Amino acid sequence: MTIKQVSVFAENRSGGILDVIQALGSAQVDIRALSVADTQGFGILRLIVDNVDRAKAVLTENGTIFSITDVVGVKVPDCPGGLAQVLTLMADHEINVEYLYAFVSVSGSSAYVVLRVQDNDEAIRILTEGGIELVTEDEIQAL
Amino acid sequence: MQNYYQKEIETASPEQIRAWQDERLVKTVHHVWDNVEFYRKRMEEAGVTPNDIQGVKDLHKLPFITKDDLRECYPYGLLATDLNNCVRIHSTSGTTGKRVVAFYTQNDIDLWDDCCARAIVAAGGTEEDVVQVCYGYGLFTGGAGLDGGSHKMGALTLPMSSGNTDRQLMFMTDLGATILCCTPSYASYLAECVVERGLKDQIKLKSGIFGAEAWTEEMRHDIEDKLGIKAFDIYGLTEISGPGVAFECSEQTGMHINEDHFIAEIINPVTGEVLPDGEKGELVFTSITKEAFPLLRYRTRDIAVLTRKKCSCGRTHVKMSKPMGRSDDMLIVKGVNVFPSQIEMVLLNNGLTSNYQIIVDRKGHTDSIEIRVEMSPDFFTDKLSELTAKEKDIVSDLKSVLGIYAVVRIVEPKSIERSEGKAIRVIDRRNLYQN
Repeated sequence: MTIKQVSVFAENRSGGILDVIQALGSAQVDIRALSVADTQGFGILRLIVDNVDRAKAVLTENGTIFSITDVVGVKVPDCPGGLAQVLTLMADHEINVEYLYAFVSVSGSSAYVVLRVQDNDEAIRILTEGGIELVTEDEIQAL
Repeated sequence: MQNYYQKEIETASPEQIRAWQDERLVKTVHHVWDNVEFYRKRMEEAGVTPNDIQGVKDLHKLPFITKDDLRECYPYGLLATDLNNCVRIHSTSGTTGKRVVAFYTQNDIDLWDDCCARAIVAAGGTEEDVVQVCYGYGLFTGGAGLDGGSHKMGALTLPMSSGNTDRQLMFMTDLGATILCCTPSYASYLAECVVERGLKDQIKLKSGIFGAEAWTEEMRHDIEDKLGIKAFDIYGLTEISGPGVAFECSEQTGMHINEDHFIAEIINPVTGEVLPDGEKGELVFTSITKEAFPLLRYRTRDIAVLTRKKCSCGRTHVKMSKPMGRSDDMLIVKGVNVFPSQIEMVLLNNGLTSNYQIIVDRKGHTDSIEIRVEMSPDFFTDKLSELTAKEKDIVSDLKSVLGIYAVVRIVEPKSIERSEGKAIRVIDRRNLYQN
């Protein structure tokens, strides 16, 4: 059970990310979570959105370079040490977490975190066996 | 007072020069016909036999030869004498895959040295001078050419080769170098150092011979002021021999071509039609005294003008202008030949598209080259580490293909300026050529 992430290429210049965000906004695509990784020259904008298909359509139309990646969404107990529990499981099983980021805001007892790993199935098995709940696409849409 | 290295030749009458050229051209055509299958085939294809070439007036009947031909014939395809008769090889800088190699017999070297000796004497050189040669020594013809010329005219030669500025300046001051030979950009850098370190009253330089890359009048004046010298241009190319194909005299209004060794033509680069003196076009050379590697009608791709106005220095050989540009898209960056096609090949091999732009600039005295390329879906991944690794691969592939370091910037699609739908390939901000 993975969720879809939209990864967008953006040049490191003023307004670079704005173009993408505006395009998504005008297409009524709602952003649930985002993170930016950048170098001197360019950045990668990673997004979890409520409607991936609509996001794909608008980005394609916009001529933006992007890819859709399967990532793992986990529900982390919203308390000190919550995230550590998840990461310990990953470390114990020698699963390298390429990157992770949290959802913009989630109310309730859990925080949502996105994990990017090499082998999704393996990570999902370990997390589930470790008693960690995963986030579903439906839940993201319902946020 | 004018000095000449070979006065009878350098100030010969036009008729005499033409007579030499007629005789030597006929001889060279027979020489290549007898010894080089490539020429025989090309001439047969063009329906020309050696008997059709009675002198310079028939030169236009011969087919051109290009750099691509030279690459195709690598390494021995154009060798016109037994390899045992050759004593030296030189090679051109930074080209894709196959380089161009040129062969020299001892006689070829002797005549090349004469040409460089003429250049040094024209720059005021005598036996009493100390000639500091800081062109690279090795496969590059710069060091060997000026070194040979300096020996030939009897000056004391300082074979420094390129780089190591501290040592250059130490010997320049301690050994009292009087003539400096290097690329204009390096001369400019040395001049800056001399000023910064307050060495101007410790140097004895009186003139400099600067070539192997394009430079402007402005740069000339800057170097002349800073070093307190006269700066002279020199022209040449490995294919034809090396530096000394043409050189500047005291008038500093163009370079005398050594017409007893090379016949120069200006052609329309598109039609191949020979243009009259005074018209701008592509420079074509025929070497008429070479034994090992004679070239008939070699297209240099350099755009220039030939003039036969009487020169105040007394030399009678035709003068060529500084190259005013290229008829192909070759760039010379840091003295290295760079073709956009080489860059394009690296980009395509790495999963990028041909939507790229080459930006060449000169900061201070150093050329820089930046390649902007549009991101493609194939190249993109959401992992930053992978992207930066891929970017590094391109940089290292470019380094091995071009021989110089290039900055790579990946930009958004459609962000490179287009002209009639095609990306504008090259932006050269150096303004090297004056028209």
